[in-house]
Amino acid sequence: MNTSYLDPVILTLVTFIPAAGGLLLLLFPRRHRDIRIFALIVSMLTFGLSLHLVANFHRMQTEFHYQIDRQWISTPNIHYHMGVDGISMWLVLLTTFLTPLCVLISWKSIHERVKEFFILLLILETALIGVFTSLDLFLFYFFWESTLIPMALLIGIYGHGRKVYAAVKFFLYTMVASVFMLAALLWLYAKVGSFDFITIQNAIRSGQVEGFATAAPWLFLGFLVAFAVKVPLFPFHTWLPDAHVEAPTAGSVLLAGVLLKMGTYGMLRFNLGLFPEQSRHNAPWIAVLALIGIVYGALLAMVQPNMKRVIAYSSVSHLGFVVLGIFSFTQAGLNGAMFVMLAHGVSTGALFMLAGIIYERKHTYEIADMGGLATPMPKYATFFSFIVLASVGLPLLNGFVGEFLVLSGAFQAHPWWGIVGATGVIWSACYLLWMYQRVFFGKVTHPENSALPDLSGREQLALWPTAIAALVMGVAPLLWLNIIDPAIQNALAPITQLASRVAGQ
Amino acid sequence: MNAANIPVAADYIRILPEIVLSIFGMLIMVLEPLLHEEENRKTLGAIGLAGAGAALLSTWLMAGSPGFAFWNMVRVDGFSVFFHVLVIAITIVLILTSYEYMSVQRMRAGEYYGLILFGAVGMCLMSSAVELVLIFIALEISSISTYILAGFRRRFAISSESSLKYFLLGSFATAFFLYGVSLMFGATGSTNIDEISTRLNSGAVPMLAYVAMALMFVGLGFKVAAAPFHIWTPDVYEGAPAPIVGFMSTAPKAAAFAVLLRVIFEANAPGRFWLIWVSAALSMTLGNIGALVQNNVKRLLAYSSIAHAGYMLVAFAAAPELGTSAVMFYAASYAAMNAGAFAVVSHFANAGERYVSLQDYEGLGRRAPFLAGALGIFLISLIGIPITGGFFAKFYVFSAALKSNLVWLTIIGVVNSAVGAYYYLKVIVVMYMREAREEVPILPVPPALAAALGITLAATIYLGVLPGRILDFAQRSAKQLVHADVSTATGRTDGVQIFQQKR
Repeated sequence: MNTSYLDPVILTLVTFIPAAGGLLLLLFPRRHRDIRIFALIVSMLTFGLSLHLVANFHRMQTEFHYQIDRQWISTPNIHYHMGVDGISMWLVLLTTFLTPLCVLISWKSIHERVKEFFILLLILETALIGVFTSLDLFLFYFFWESTLIPMALLIGIYGHGRKVYAAVKFFLYTMVASVFMLAALLWLYAKVGSFDFITIQNAIRSGQVEGFATAAPWLFLGFLVAFAVKVPLFPFHTWLPDAHVEAPTAGSVLLAGVLLKMGTYGMLRFNLGLFPEQSRHNAPWIAVLALIGIVYGALLAMVQPNMKRVIAYSSVSHLGFVVLGIFSFTQAGLNGAMFVMLAHGVSTGALFMLAGIIYERKHTYEIADMGGLATPMPKYATFFSFIVLASVGLPLLNGFVGEFLVLSGAFQAHPWWGIVGATGVIWSACYLLWMYQRVFFGKVTHPENSALPDLSGREQLALWPTAIAALVMGVAPLLWLNIIDPAIQNALAPITQLASRVAGQ
Repeated sequence: MNAANIPVAADYIRILPEIVLSIFGMLIMVLEPLLHEEENRKTLGAIGLAGAGAALLSTWLMAGSPGFAFWNMVRVDGFSVFFHVLVIAITIVLILTSYEYMSVQRMRAGEYYGLILFGAVGMCLMSSAVELVLIFIALEISSISTYILAGFRRRFAISSESSLKYFLLGSFATAFFLYGVSLMFGATGSTNIDEISTRLNSGAVPMLAYVAMALMFVGLGFKVAAAPFHIWTPDVYEGAPAPIVGFMSTAPKAAAFAVLLRVIFEANAPGRFWLIWVSAALSMTLGNIGALVQNNVKRLLAYSSIAHAGYMLVAFAAAPELGTSAVMFYAASYAAMNAGAFAVVSHFANAGERYVSLQDYEGLGRRAPFLAGALGIFLISLIGIPITGGFFAKFYVFSAALKSNLVWLTIIGVVNSAVGAYYYLKVIVVMYMREAREEVPILPVPPALAAALGITLAATIYLGVLPGRILDFAQRSAKQLVHADVSTATGRTDGVQIFQQKR
């Protein structure tokens, strides 16, 4: 095994370079024009460094990669313990991939308090990456909560319409939910004496945790509530449309692209990793909630008059697939869930960017104000159609692979889950294509729309990477799945053991 | 033993900070009539600052000779050193904040700084006294100065109301404390905490001791603004000068918590559990619910201070060692963030404290980025978001509670801290997400205020990023406090030895 000299520090670098860049931005004069360029360079640098993670990844190594473990605080026993596996690495990459695009797409749409905007964006990136790289539960919680403030400020300051309401709602929903996770964390620490994920996992598996059997259902719920609100799982989803519609474009991209995945990642890592028995036990009703989310989200998306709301509700529906996949406990289902997370991040991120582009020109998201936009903006229409097709799950594009795997996994687990879930694919085709038709096809219904400028070079620069990623992920999903698969196998092992034990009895 | 009856030099070293503070306080009182009114604000403030600085240095000397002094009435240990430093640091921040405030409000500074120092004397003494009568005297010294300070905006009826209310209710509460002390004496035959502890631990606990405990808790509960003895807080905080509120809500509170720690944990008070459990749950809930509907920033922070007293009380229901260190850490980080928040509030308030409603804070994020940013960080810390001291403070309290199997109290606390997020957030929202109101004047930030904010900000962030050192110290002192018998013996001989070597 060849280890690069970067290996021990790479995660620290990737995590903290954005925040360090953000702090450096503080030194810039208020209206400096290089602020954006600097932010772009910082985020590109982070992306470049995060590629190192993929390049040096050994897919058969079952332990966490690039681990760094230092004591941070002696009492309580908190470590600065970071590491990634095949699951979290891709989410880190997704974050670093989307952030430069967020910088590009916000180039002109942010006019006031530009410096603060990019500082918040970069700090948010650090917090997001930290969530995925932490292996110490305390550190995880630390980053988890740290995402709240920059995101709420991004929505509240730079959003539109009822932005303050949306920001406060977002903050309170997630904050209230995550205190339950904190309570569960503290309980685990009180019994195990460590926050280390691996230590706690081993202690639970070997049955050394006193009183675990009675507490486990509550602990499971504590974690689940925090994650379910973030995902958002029906019926905790009501903050999401508000937050998305009022957020600035970059905020929406990161919110849909990465923040929601914090929830599903948490379920995968912590609910399954620490409480396999409770996960199995509770899977039926969670899967039912996910199915409700798939169908209900899709139906709501269908009737929205506002482009951004359509996309927001489509996220509720798509994330339902992820949860369904996770709680199917099949290799295919979990692989698919993981793949949907990445695919959704890319294509919904792109959809929000596209919505933001039209908003910059028309200052509205109302579908009724569009109509026939394909005539004045052909390039825009092309990109939009490509991404819509990716999102509805056209074969050879990224949406298809994940959804297919999830559904096949769900079928194995329970035929009805698969059948109901499969309708979601149809729904998503309905609402997205219908929206596309109303926005782009036909004659230009509003005369002022006929002079809308097409995509600028910068906007294309922001969109091309997502389009390419959507295509490559659809054509060669194995590049991703090869790394995801062993990690999923690892995560699933305790549950399959449990299942075989139950079956053997 | 005749020799033991004469105080030796080590005895004086063990109360050196109090002596230094008193001397400087009297100096201010003597100089005040000699100086011209305009200049005396600055000069006296500087003397006060010098006094507090000297006291901080003498605390360092004091820490070098742990042990008992004055016939076992005063005990210098890690615990008392911790609270000395805390109280004196808050005093320094207060003086720095008051510097500008006094001239903006056109108040005569005269006895103001003197009273602050005298108040600090009482609070310091509260943390090192181990004799209930001495504790009572120290409590009175600290209370009487704060009664007067609360009424210092004497041209405003609201300030006089605040002072009078505080005085009447406060004396009533201290009477309860004194009554409790006398009953405790009746029950155990001693007013010395160590002796009370040995009596209570050997054999049956008399009924009287329970009553005494409850009465003492009433007195101290009033001082820390714990429910159901909290009714005075919002009115008093609203009327008192803003810097003084910052002081009142941190320093006397910390000192009263120190006493409570001594009384409850060191004396191993009987029947404390449900008393504290109920009071903690009530304080958290009533404080947070009350704060939700406030429109005046000072009142909002008053209710929040009730809630924070509740969080600290949670730790009192936990196991002694865990609880003590958690309370100490909480007191320190609460002092940093609350004193800082009030420093900003008193600057914004302007002449006559005209601008203290939430509407006056609209758009401050743009108009005064530095001050609003500082206040934002203090509020984030009060919510308990990571990288600030408030987060670890709550964290230690709740983990201490969970380790002692107080699951329900922890849940109440955790839910409460989520509720609390709403009203702190409201202030942040108003500052950053509303249109600026230009008619509210903003004064430039003077260097003294900048220094005060620098200290409190640094402390808040330091406690949030590297809490280890302070916590280690708190834990070591907590051990000393709880296992009093072992360490007092050694501590005392150590002190004597040090003294003998010097001689």
